[in-house]
Amino acid sequence: MTPVSETTRVSEDTKPSGPTFVFNWVGRVGLAVILFWALVALAGPFLSPYPPGEIVDWDYFGPVSSDYWMGTDYLGRDIFSRIIMGARYTVGIALAAVTLACTIGVVLGMIAAVAGGWFDMILSRFLDAYNGIPSLLFGLVVVAAVGSSIPVLVLTLTAIYMPGSYRFARALAVNINTMDFVTVARARGEGTPYLITREIFPNILGPVLADLGLRFVFIVLVLSGLSFLGLGVQPPNADWGALVRENIEGLSFGAPAVIFPSVAIASLTISVNMFIDNLPTRIRDRSE
Amino acid sequence: MTGTHTKPPLVSVRDLKIGAVTDSGREVEIIKGVDFDIAPGEILALIGESGSGKTTIALALMGHTRTGCSIDGGQIRIGDNDVTAMSRRARARIRGTEVSYVPQSAAAAFNPSMRIIDQVIETTEIHKLMPKAQARSKAVELFRALALPDADTIGNRYPHQVSGGQLQRLSAAMALISDPQLVIFDEPTTALDVTTQIEVLRAFKSIMAQGGCAGVYVSHDLAVVAQIADRIVVLRGGEVQEEGTTEQILTAPTHPYTKELLAAFEPLPHQSVAIAEAEDQSPILEARNLFAGYGAMRNGEPAAKVLQDVSFTLERGRNLGVIGESGSGKSTLARALAGILSPYSGEVLLDGHRLHPDLTGRSKEDLRRMQIVFQLADTALNPGHSVGNILARPLTFYHGLRGKTREKRVIELLDMVHLPANMRHRAPSELSGGQKQRVNLARALAAEPELVLCDEITSALDTVVAAAILDLLKELQTELGLSYMFISHDLSTVEAICDDVLVMFKGEVVEALPAHEMSEFATHPYSRLLISSIPRLDTGWLAGLEQDPELIAQFANR
Amino acid sequence: MPRSLLPYFLVLQRLGIALLTLVIVSFAVFFATALLPGDVAEILLGQAATPEAVAGLREAMGLDEPALSRFIGWLVGLLHGDMGTSYVNNMEVADLIGGRLSNSLRLAGVTTLVSVPIALTLGICAAMWRGSIFDRVVSILTISVISVPEFMVATLSVLIFAVWLGWLPALSYGVDVDSWSAVLRAYAMPVISLSFVVSAQMIRMTRAAVIETINTPYVEMALLKGASLPRQVLRHALPNALGPIANAVALSLSYLVGGVIIVETIFNYPGVAKLMVDAVSTRDLPLIQSCAMIFCVSYLSLITLADVIAVLSNPRLRR
Repeated sequence: MTPVSETTRVSEDTKPSGPTFVFNWVGRVGLAVILFWALVALAGPFLSPYPPGEIVDWDYFGPVSSDYWMGTDYLGRDIFSRIIMGARYTVGIALAAVTLACTIGVVLGMIAAVAGGWFDMILSRFLDAYNGIPSLLFGLVVVAAVGSSIPVLVLTLTAIYMPGSYRFARALAVNINTMDFVTVARARGEGTPYLITREIFPNILGPVLADLGLRFVFIVLVLSGLSFLGLGVQPPNADWGALVRENIEGLSFGAPAVIFPSVAIASLTISVNMFIDNLPTRIRDRSE
Repeated sequence: MTGTHTKPPLVSVRDLKIGAVTDSGREVEIIKGVDFDIAPGEILALIGESGSGKTTIALALMGHTRTGCSIDGGQIRIGDNDVTAMSRRARARIRGTEVSYVPQSAAAAFNPSMRIIDQVIETTEIHKLMPKAQARSKAVELFRALALPDADTIGNRYPHQVSGGQLQRLSAAMALISDPQLVIFDEPTTALDVTTQIEVLRAFKSIMAQGGCAGVYVSHDLAVVAQIADRIVVLRGGEVQEEGTTEQILTAPTHPYTKELLAAFEPLPHQSVAIAEAEDQSPILEARNLFAGYGAMRNGEPAAKVLQDVSFTLERGRNLGVIGESGSGKSTLARALAGILSPYSGEVLLDGHRLHPDLTGRSKEDLRRMQIVFQLADTALNPGHSVGNILARPLTFYHGLRGKTREKRVIELLDMVHLPANMRHRAPSELSGGQKQRVNLARALAAEPELVLCDEITSALDTVVAAAILDLLKELQTELGLSYMFISHDLSTVEAICDDVLVMFKGEVVEALPAHEMSEFATHPYSRLLISSIPRLDTGWLAGLEQDPELIAQFANR
Repeated sequence: MPRSLLPYFLVLQRLGIALLTLVIVSFAVFFATALLPGDVAEILLGQAATPEAVAGLREAMGLDEPALSRFIGWLVGLLHGDMGTSYVNNMEVADLIGGRLSNSLRLAGVTTLVSVPIALTLGICAAMWRGSIFDRVVSILTISVISVPEFMVATLSVLIFAVWLGWLPALSYGVDVDSWSAVLRAYAMPVISLSFVVSAQMIRMTRAAVIETINTPYVEMALLKGASLPRQVLRHALPNALGPIANAVALSLSYLVGGVIIVETIFNYPGVAKLMVDAVSTRDLPLIQSCAMIFCVSYLSLITLADVIAVLSNPRLRR
């Protein structure tokens, strides 16, 4: 509302304050959990008390104990160590896929928005059609055809989420492209690369990063889903989804081997959502 | 207070304080203890610029505050109702019955999926005031009183089937259906063209005179208020600056701010800048039979033709004004000249040499010599860059400046538009509206142009700020020998800065005259209508104004 | 073009796009499964097969023909209801799918009937009282459900309703479903799990759609006429939010497609999705292709429906 913005306007003699990002506590907790898992994924081998593939206990589906902090799995392996190693697969694959998907999508989206014309039309139509395939199903079909390996998983997940990222970035860029400051730059005689990198990109960066976070969550979910169906990361390695699948038989008596991997997935995805939801609105919807 | 207040006032506002929570969570007081009274049947105007709190006060009279705001202190009394002390439910009971509201944009305030008549009589239905049939016939009476065409059937339409000026009058009918004691008009004519504004204003004035109910008229435009209000409260920054009868505020203002407002309303007429020039120099800008439009091209013509056969010349050192209402094609003209929208026929000549219709075909030098400045500085400055970067880019692009020399030039440019040098580290979002428009102008100057196309650059600004920008433009012209093409919907602004004026109507130039002859010697009927429709700072202007109804029917954008 | 025909034109355009998409999708499905590495004949005959046997099988299966003609043959067959023969057990794919499809549709139908009314009510109420405790609780719950994988929602429901409370059987599709309570018990777990997944999306989108219309000047105008909160929302906001809401419902239901794959697997429910997941592990390509097409068609119809609703609900086009 005008009166508010009018009265809060910085008066002329104050020092430039610079960007200050204020998160509320929910956002901070989210960020802390995200950083925690990133650290675990990086330092995995140094943290795990046992080799993740080694059977350490003859008692399968063992309870939480001082030796095995999160119990043991269906073969008697230490769940704590396996979750730490699983973080590498879950976080690593999802991060690689989301980075690829968003980079390709955003670059293509900005080019399409600025160039317009047939390039925009053909690309948009094609990628829209591509979006007509349900994501989990796409994963199923590809894995059925070429088998599952980590590069295949990364590329499949990238292929699934690139069109969405393209569509999102294009919509933002189209909005910015109609703004007067872009028209001014164009009237000045600037070329397309300048328009994209200097005028448009800085103004869609915030929402694009927020979108990247949400897309990361979706990728973690689909990856876990695939692994849960036995089509993701293959044994003896296991991401969190595969850990749940391996130990699903323990579900009927509530074994910690099912519960802790599930908690790991949920803690990561919920934290990302919490963090994104509580980003300062300034970053989240600068385009609006 | 004036002597007419022998009866107890209908409305009394005492020490009203309204607070707001900003985006960053800080609490600020936006209304800082406001007092005023309104007598029964009296129309009080709340005058102020953006941020003065006039709309906030008007809404508070209905016990309503927008998201983030709250009434923190003071008292509002309407008749026997203490609005500030009432429960939510009780407030809902007086809304529409005791106090009603005419919104700024009727086009947005009508529900697009309901018939107009159902919305007009909804108040009577909510508060169970009268049977439906009676409400309908009362609504039709009101439509007639508001001079709406097809009064019997207009209510059966949907909002998007009715013009803006008619919707504004329909919203007045919606407010008056319940015979309220007080009607709040919230800038009801601001969004309308001047020729439409007249009719709406007339309708409001006559119906308020018949009804005998009191009114609050919120506006930023003193001339409009002069026609309809009995008394004026001048607001600034949430505080009352001056209060008095309309006559007294207009003729004998006491507060310096009121004087400033009045002064800004009538800027000094333009003195042509004498530039020593060679005898046979070609005009700086010339347009010959320009046609332009939007949409898909078919047989060499676009789907929507906007500009039709526009020709003019602009001599070096002179200023050309272009006036017209919304849809007249004046902004399209600026875009066609700048090559942003390439004209499909006709030519543009800069300093005697023909420009490529599309800007991609123009040389960097051609682009540099003619710069365009847009209306909304908010959207014309990239929020992702600092002011310094914004000004530096054209310096690098056109003149190849870098490092210290560029920095020095940025500071010079800021100085030229009277902004402090340290402003270059700021982001555009930290600047006020007037400051942004100065930066916007400085960016055009960075190219060292010979001609600047100004597209409504003062229209979004408050009057006082706009007057300062006009002064700056004049000053820059004498310093730098610029020529301006100045596009505006406001004749007085154009008169203040231009030597010659083009009047545009539906994409055509209907009249071209020297600016100082405009008011007296304009001959085209549309020009006459436009000139006569501009409100004057004179309480008797509207009452004394006689316009040919046929002319209005022919030309007004109703 | 006459203005009154514009909506129909736009709808036809959407349908055209959907049809085109379907062709591209079928192309993708066919080539992903049929052309990528892993020779079907080799797989079928196993490691020990002689090259002659493989070649013979290839010829018998028509794998020697060019890919494009195989694709067209497959597509034409599909249009005639001929889905081919399963590699694994030589049964007609159509027969394999037949009964399973109605099982899956029943599951989806019951889920829709349960989740749509609940989700719309919750979404609209959360929008009406936004910022209240109720709204916050709903928000946190929906975010949590959206953030976790479908299989976790399902396993958690098993943990709660079957393991801890013992109300329902963990593996649901019982043999004898003659009594009402048996039917109820048989469907309860999968339906509950699926409903959670679908409703969470629907609630969020409905809430957003209603809030957007509540923030318009015409709803503020209704408030200033003295209208009560329910009247503002139900009379003024809702009619204008119907398009976006219907759009949200259709889009959310498209989540059924992904959810059903997981839920059928967990509960061992004999639907198309379970069939497909099994087919993937045996690499039974004709079966995978047909199942994939079924899912794509249902997904696309829902998305197109959402699109068409969005076009038709634009008040400026309607009249």
